[in-house]
Amino acid sequence: MELIFEISKPGRSATDISKSDVPVINIDDAIGKKYLRNELDLPEVAEIDLIRHYTNLSRRNFGVDLGFYPLGSCTMKYNPKVNENVAALPGFTGLHPYVDADFAQGNLQLIYEMQKYLCGIFGMAEFTLQPAAGAHGELTGVMMIKKYFEKKGLKRRVILIPDAAHGTNPASSALCGFEVMELRSNSEGGVDIEHLKSLMTEDVAALMLTNPNTLGLFERNIEQVAQIIHDQGGLLYGDGANANAFMGKTRPGDLGFDVIQLNLHKTFSTPHGGGGPGSGPVGVSKALMDFLPVPRIVKTGDNYSWSEKFPDTIGRVRSFYGNFNVIVKAYTYIRSLGAEGLKRATEMAVLNANYVKERLKPYYDLPYDRGCMHECVFSGKRQVAENGVHTTDIAKRLIDYGYHPPTIYFPLIVPEAMMVEPTETESKETLDTFCEAMIAIAREAKENPDGVKNAPQTTPVTRLDEVLAARKPDVCWKKP
Amino acid sequence: MSKQNPQDRLYSRDHEWVIDNGDSTVIIGITDYAQEMLTDIVFVDLPEIGRKVVQKATVAVVESVKSVSDIYSPVGGEVIDVNKMLEDTPELINQDAYGEGWIVKMRMSDVGELKMLLSAADYEEMLKEEKK
Amino acid sequence: MDYCPHTQDDIKQMQAAIGVAGIDELFADIPQKFRLKQIPDIPSALSEQETVSVMSDLARKNRLPRFSMTGAGAYHHFIPAVVGHIVGRTEFYSAYTPYQAEISQGLLQAIYEYQTMIARLTGTEIANASMYDGASAMTEAAILCAKMSGKTKIIAARSVHPEYRQVLQTYCRANGYTVVELAYDPSGQIDLNALQNELDDQVAAVLVQSPNFFGIIEDISSVADAAHKKGALLVAGFTDSTSLGILRPAGAAGADFVVGEGQSFGNPLNYGGPYLGIFAAREKFMRRIPGRLVGATEDKLGRRGFVLTLQTREQHIRREKATSNICSNEALCALAAGVYLAALGKNLRKLAELNIYKTQYLKNKLLELAGWREVFSAPVYNEFVLSCPDAKKVNEKLKNVGIIGGYELQKDYPELKNSLLFCATEMISKNDMDIVTEIIK
Repeated sequence: MELIFEISKPGRSATDISKSDVPVINIDDAIGKKYLRNELDLPEVAEIDLIRHYTNLSRRNFGVDLGFYPLGSCTMKYNPKVNENVAALPGFTGLHPYVDADFAQGNLQLIYEMQKYLCGIFGMAEFTLQPAAGAHGELTGVMMIKKYFEKKGLKRRVILIPDAAHGTNPASSALCGFEVMELRSNSEGGVDIEHLKSLMTEDVAALMLTNPNTLGLFERNIEQVAQIIHDQGGLLYGDGANANAFMGKTRPGDLGFDVIQLNLHKTFSTPHGGGGPGSGPVGVSKALMDFLPVPRIVKTGDNYSWSEKFPDTIGRVRSFYGNFNVIVKAYTYIRSLGAEGLKRATEMAVLNANYVKERLKPYYDLPYDRGCMHECVFSGKRQVAENGVHTTDIAKRLIDYGYHPPTIYFPLIVPEAMMVEPTETESKETLDTFCEAMIAIAREAKENPDGVKNAPQTTPVTRLDEVLAARKPDVCWKKP
Repeated sequence: MSKQNPQDRLYSRDHEWVIDNGDSTVIIGITDYAQEMLTDIVFVDLPEIGRKVVQKATVAVVESVKSVSDIYSPVGGEVIDVNKMLEDTPELINQDAYGEGWIVKMRMSDVGELKMLLSAADYEEMLKEEKK
Repeated sequence: MDYCPHTQDDIKQMQAAIGVAGIDELFADIPQKFRLKQIPDIPSALSEQETVSVMSDLARKNRLPRFSMTGAGAYHHFIPAVVGHIVGRTEFYSAYTPYQAEISQGLLQAIYEYQTMIARLTGTEIANASMYDGASAMTEAAILCAKMSGKTKIIAARSVHPEYRQVLQTYCRANGYTVVELAYDPSGQIDLNALQNELDDQVAAVLVQSPNFFGIIEDISSVADAAHKKGALLVAGFTDSTSLGILRPAGAAGADFVVGEGQSFGNPLNYGGPYLGIFAAREKFMRRIPGRLVGATEDKLGRRGFVLTLQTREQHIRREKATSNICSNEALCALAAGVYLAALGKNLRKLAELNIYKTQYLKNKLLELAGWREVFSAPVYNEFVLSCPDAKKVNEKLKNVGIIGGYELQKDYPELKNSLLFCATEMISKNDMDIVTEIIK
């Protein structure tokens, strides 16, 4: 497809600018020529061309509204339309962040209540909604951990991270000056308790744990893990990427977590927009409340306002108050589902994942064969060994069957990993047809491996040359 | 299948090779086994000339599409030349790891460090162990 | 409403297939004592109609102003209808990050086009797919300069947005870097002599904004020269991104990184977010910059296609050695920005001119009031600072009739007493501005 620049023609425009109702002045004089630009190289297209261009682009994109999207660890549940409508109300979209609090009582109440709801769901003492995404929340959490020890006059250098963790965990830790030590998983896919005991010293600030972990398995020894950490004065950090596995069934706060970050674009159904905006609230136990980012919301009587008067705060992590409009959608979701609905969502998510696991188990290796939570991880090892068909090939072939592939090659501890997260909004029929496609591909891998390796065939482009893209990077178009 | 590892040079346990020029300078690259493991190399981060590196410290970084690997200097010393061809054609390492795909030249600070390296035969023995 | 399609019969069949007698068996790994009966503090479920009603009531508790004269990092601009229609397409908004390129060509191409437009606008060679907001874009650029150079000092002009500097401080504290703040001179531009004095061989980066927080246009070339002479990199930001339509871009004036808030390009005010951080840089930093990058390549048949590229920079590969931990960005906001820029094209300059006309009119109008005077002398884009006899009282009077006045600078700059930062975009009419002076009188 042509680029917008390639359909540009001098003299066209999709907009007109209003005539000035105030005196027109000489810009060169007002600003000074040396501060002005001479050229402005932007596309020039008529409105109809613009709409067709982007509409055609949208037709080359796969979203959850088009089909099943079992992208593990990303919780691609359906994005309810009422949330979109409500978030578009002018009352929510129209306010400048610096209006006086009395203009924004509705927004402030919403943020305040959202924090309370999240405290209730996750069993934490307080939440901040300022971080713009999960990784941003993680960084905020680690900064608070750092400040917690500084405040105590302690210098702890190490953060423990399991080998199956998301890459953001070590990256966030290193950005706060911590040294990362890797914690081994045991044969059941859980924390290797003996290894944890051997690593846990008074130099360890925290263990960053995803529970259920990236294998979709709940940490059975969570009580013992928390105790080992806390006995040495350490903190337990929870990566809440997998909150869709336990919401309404158990609470991280009760399990002993001191900090947890969420992803509203996963668990709370806000659309991910093709890579963002997300929103990454962080919840903390009482011990860490003083370190939360500012500003924080304060309620006096029925009146809400922002306050920066928290002397021990880590400071600010984002301008203004975070991705407010995303929070509106998540708040709407919580109100629609209510306590019972949130719990049922988790139950159906776990039911769906276990169903897929059982149906596909005979056809693909399941390295950790036990009850999973909201997602399950298969390995394509058998297909590689028997037919030379890799997980990438299986994923690409799924595209031809009309599905978005699972997350692949993650977690790193499973070779040829395929991480399937169906979510609760998918019906049994959808899961059945997906499983049938996976089974058919397992058969194709035996009978026609080259066909699988050449997939996808039904897309606007076939497999793309990533080596070329990385060797000769072309990230901005230049006129030929 | 990896190519034969030439006899005219020494090898490190981290899959680098070293040619001793006999004048206390060396040429360093990575082995054919290493390039095969790395798959298509897309970028080589070369050191600036004059940089001093101790033995086993990172002297260059090699990237494929989905991995990043440090190249540990098999000997300590000063970087005196880098293979500028790799800037535009990093694939030379894939195509000719023992020749055109060399990475840096160094002046050794301690010639004795060469004694810690392996012969081609010992390196092959080590690979056999590793593959087990 | 819980959006789960399961019938009782489905559930039974699925339980049977799994081999469990009830749902609770699926949660057997959760120790009994930690199992939750009921989530506390959450109201009961609502029907869709009830949801709309509850949310509309909440929205109505906000008061939309008649008009506003505050910018200060978030700007009220007209958004052409096409923008909403495109970002409202579910093929775009209901997608995750484009990991599977073959079925994500639409978004990948749109972001590639966005990157190209941003590089051109900022006078640089490359731009990434967006950061969280202007503050994080500027902060991450500064952190990158420090990590690349091994130096630990960052100079930030005091005329940079106060919240951006606060975010910078938060990140620098965690990383162990020092931030030195740099004074502005009576013109409102950065004090070049002070900069010369602060620059030493430990400075990784100099951070400025143009227009700066006071609306003042900086002399980027001089700042770039001074920084480069001492081996520091220049991170140049901006306030309102529509200024890029008319002002000489910082990239063309020698900046190494051009970063800032892109909200003005087709994104509503939204009470502060989601917005998008624009991040552009010189080509030589391509393999170092944070965030996602879309690159053009070819498929097996030689057709042009797009992929996420240079991923070895990112946390999922480099892990603790990554220079940033960013993962999700603000792709949909970047899409809106791309559509907005394509819709305006060269009219972006006309829009910027209109902002300047309105701004000059408002400034002159307010200067007619007794006791009002200009605080700075250098040229401005669409914001300016005036001092007045009683800034609080002015804003109070305006608020009483539903108008948002200027931003009170004293809270961030104690020396700027009774000084207000005003903004005039194309959304404010002559009539509005004429009323303002009547109300204040």
